Amino acid sequence: MRRRILWLAVLVSWVAVGGLALYVTNSPPKLQPATLGGPFALTDMTGRPVTEASLLGKPTAIFFGFTYCPEVCPTTLTELTAAMKALGKDADRLNVVFVSVDPERDTPEQMRLYLSNFDRRIVGYTGTPEAIARAAKAYRVYYKKIPTEGGDYTVDHSSAVYLFDRKGRFVAPIGYGEPHARVVEALRNLARTG
Amino acid sequence: MIRQTLPLIAIAALAACSAPAGPSKVTVADLWCRAAPVGAPAGGCYVTLTASANDRLVAVETTAADHGEIHTMEMDGGVMRMRPLKDGIDLPAGEAVALKPGGMHLMIIAPKATLAAGGSVPLTLRFAKAEPLTLSAPIRQVGAAMGGMEHH
Ligand SMILES: [Cu+2]
Repeated sequence: MRRRILWLAVLVSWVAVGGLALYVTNSPPKLQPATLGGPFALTDMTGRPVTEASLLGKPTAIFFGFTYCPEVCPTTLTELTAAMKALGKDADRLNVVFVSVDPERDTPEQMRLYLSNFDRRIVGYTGTPEAIARAAKAYRVYYKKIPTEGGDYTVDHSSAVYLFDRKGRFVAPIGYGEPHARVVEALRNLARTG
Repeated sequence: MIRQTLPLIAIAALAACSAPAGPSKVTVADLWCRAAPVGAPAGGCYVTLTASANDRLVAVETTAADHGEIHTMEMDGGVMRMRPLKDGIDLPAGEAVALKPGGMHLMIIAPKATLAAGGSVPLTLRFAKAEPLTLSAPIRQVGAAMGGMEHH
């Protein structure tokens, strides 16, 4: 009986880990969700260089998107802004970061202008296309530039917000469309214990 | 003089009603645009269209932006994908086709002014058969809830 429960627990955790890996990478499951995140060298909204070390010491909520996005990105930023308001002072304990997957159009100035609409504690990162590619790989974020007519393009991208503790260890994702109460709870938990 | 022209006007008005230029007529409901952040290079608008005969939405134009496009959007395993619909959107006779958050939308690229709640966006919808419609879409702020479910 006990052995059966143990096996069940093993099975459940395997399914959970596999499901998470699938969820965060949108590629075949890799059973190493704890390795999410890693080295990057980007530029903040003031043009200053930032690396993974810039985020250490505070828990981090980070997500990838682009300012051309008409729905998912502004909705996520609006949600994060509302959640940070609900958190009150706890929100000061967090890094909240929006990383562009469209570095050609999202200059530091564009990121600053765009993010001026949201909670002032949310920071924007951008960089060279190569630097963005490396950061996305570290965070196992899927994005792909899709050409459209007239030399234009759009960018497919992962929509989840990833949570990390103050030591840079991956904690959990928040999926797009999760209820406000769940977002607030996840961020509050992260701020207090992460 | 007046007695002679009145019936003519009446006939002209009647003709305008009973003989539309195209073989289909498209009715519009729930037209609105999403308020966009200052500096947003694009915005989304939504509408429900019902054509009286088989038709197709082929283009959207606006004087409020550089140009308009018809897009689809989908969430696929947590990945947001957006594509221009080059052939437009099929409007089967009598069927309400809804462009709404989380799916098909009219995307206006490079708005000339910030899409602020309370304002409006002039949109011209072009169809394969029906006469084009020029409408004013109110701009609405959508709430904090993720996923755009706040609009019903
Ligand atoms: Cu679009």
